[in-house]
Amino acid sequence: MAKITYKSFDGTTTIVDVPAGRSVMRGAVANGIAGILAECGGGATCGTCHVYIDEDNTVPLPPMLDLEDELLEVTASERKDNSRLGCQMPVSEDMDGLVVHMPERQL
Amino acid sequence: MDVGDVVVVGGGQAGFQVCVSLRDNGFTGKLTLVCGERVPPYQRPPLSKSFLYGDADLPFRPDDFYPQHRIDVVERSATGIDRIEHKVHLDDGRQLPYHRLVLATGAYPRLLNLPGSRLRGVTALRTLADAEILKGQLETSRRLVVIGGGFIGLEVAAAARKLDVPVTVIESLSRTMARAVSIQMSTHLTQEHGRQGTTVLVGRSVTAFDGDASGRVTKVVLDDGSRLEADLVVVGVGVAPDTELAAGAGLKVDNGVVVDEYLRTEDETIYAIGDCASYPSAHSGGQRVRLESVQNAVDHAHCAAANICGKPTRYTAVPWFWSDQYGIKLQIAGISTGCDQTVVAGDPEAGKFSVFCFRQGKLIAVESANKPADHVLARRLLAGDPDLTPQEVATPGFDLKARPKPPVG
Repeated sequence: MAKITYKSFDGTTTIVDVPAGRSVMRGAVANGIAGILAECGGGATCGTCHVYIDEDNTVPLPPMLDLEDELLEVTASERKDNSRLGCQMPVSEDMDGLVVHMPERQL
Repeated sequence: MDVGDVVVVGGGQAGFQVCVSLRDNGFTGKLTLVCGERVPPYQRPPLSKSFLYGDADLPFRPDDFYPQHRIDVVERSATGIDRIEHKVHLDDGRQLPYHRLVLATGAYPRLLNLPGSRLRGVTALRTLADAEILKGQLETSRRLVVIGGGFIGLEVAAAARKLDVPVTVIESLSRTMARAVSIQMSTHLTQEHGRQGTTVLVGRSVTAFDGDASGRVTKVVLDDGSRLEADLVVVGVGVAPDTELAAGAGLKVDNGVVVDEYLRTEDETIYAIGDCASYPSAHSGGQRVRLESVQNAVDHAHCAAANICGKPTRYTAVPWFWSDQYGIKLQIAGISTGCDQTVVAGDPEAGKFSVFCFRQGKLIAVESANKPADHVLARRLLAGDPDLTPQEVATPGFDLKARPKPPVG
C-alpha cells in the first residue's frame, strides 16, 4: 500500500491508498479520478494515462522501457522530462508519497 | 438535466461505461444496470491474457462506486421488453420502467455442433466464469488444442505457452487472423507462435471429438482424418451478437441490433451499443458494421449518453483494436475491409513495424506491432482526411513521427 496524490489539471487534489502491485493508472481509474483515461486498460499502447511526476519528487520510480518512451513522444499533451505513463508504474511500498500531475488532455 | 428513468441491459464494458458517462453528462435520474452475469462489471480483455497465467485486477470500480453514483446494479437477466408500457421484464418477475433503454447485451461465443462437442474439456471463453474454469483446467492440462486462429484463440495459445502447456491451434482459413489483419501481420504472428512452441495448423477444420469413458475429451478429429491428442479444447470461432431481447421486442435485427448514426434503434426511446449493435460507420464508407472491441463499447457509450442527455451526437469515432501475444503488442487503427494495397514500414526483423493499408490509394487502416506511436498517430490521421500516400510510406527511412503531427482530438 502506498499513498499516491493525484493533482488534476483544474487543481483538484485526490489522495488514494493504492495497493502494492497495482499501477498508478489503476489507482486513479479504480477511484474514478478524472484526467487519466487509460483507454487500452493498461498495456502501454494508447498513451492516455500520461502524468507528470511532481518536480520535487524523491520516491524511487520503476525504469522506463522502450514502448513507454515511444508512446510519450506522441501524447496529446506535451512531453516533459518528468512525463510518465501511469500504467507502466506498478506501485511499491517505497513509492508512498508519490505526487503526480495530470496533463491538460489525454486525447 | 433529467429525462426520467434509464435502464441499461448488459453489464459489460459498454453497459458499465454508459452508466458512468450518463452521470458525467449530468444525468440525475434513476439509473439501473441489469447484469445478467450476476457480477458487477469487470474488464474482459485480460480473461484471454494475463488472467490465465497470473493475477489480473478485473473490476472496473470498487463495489461502493455504484451506490455512490446512484447506479442500481441488478444482478438478474432481462427476459423481455414491453415497448408500449416502457418496461423491462426481469427473470425474477420484476419490471423496470424506463424512459430511455440502452441495450448493451454483447455477444456470445459461437459453438461447434459436432459429434463430441459436448464432452467435458471442450470449452469456450467469454465470461469471468468461463475464464475461471479454463484457468483451473490449464493448470493440469498436458495437451491443449485451440480451435480458431483469431484474437481469442491466439491469445489463449500464448497464455498457455506461458504456463508451458503444449498447444496446437487449428485454423480453417489459409492463415491466422485472416479477417482482422494483413498477410504480413498474420505471418509475423504465426512465426512468433512457432518460435514459442505453438503448432499452428492452417486450412484444417475439426470434424469431431473423441472422449473417454468418463465423458472427457481425449482427441480432436480433423477433416483429413488425423487425430490430435487433447485433454483440453478451447473453441474460439467467433461470437454472435445477443439480439434476443431486441428481436423479441420487434426491433430490427440484421447481424446485430440495427441502429442509426445516433445509435438509436427505430424506437427512439431505445439505444443499442457495443458488440450487439450494427451501425453505419463513416470509417467503412457508410456501410453497416458491428465491431467487437473495447474501443467500440466505450465510444458508443459516450455517444449514447450524450444523446440521451439531449446533446445530439453522431457516432464518428475511429475504430481500433489490440491484442497481446507473447511480447507482441498488436494494434490496429481503422477498418481494413476492401484494402487493395499494403506497405510495410519500420523494422520487421526486429519485430517493430507497421502495415499501412490503402484502398484506391487512400489510407484506411494501420496495423502496428510494437510501434504504439504509429498507432496513436494513425488514429489521429484516420479521424480526419489522411493525406498519406503509399509512395510516401514506401520511401526508405519513412517515419510517421517525423511528419507534421495530425491534429489532436
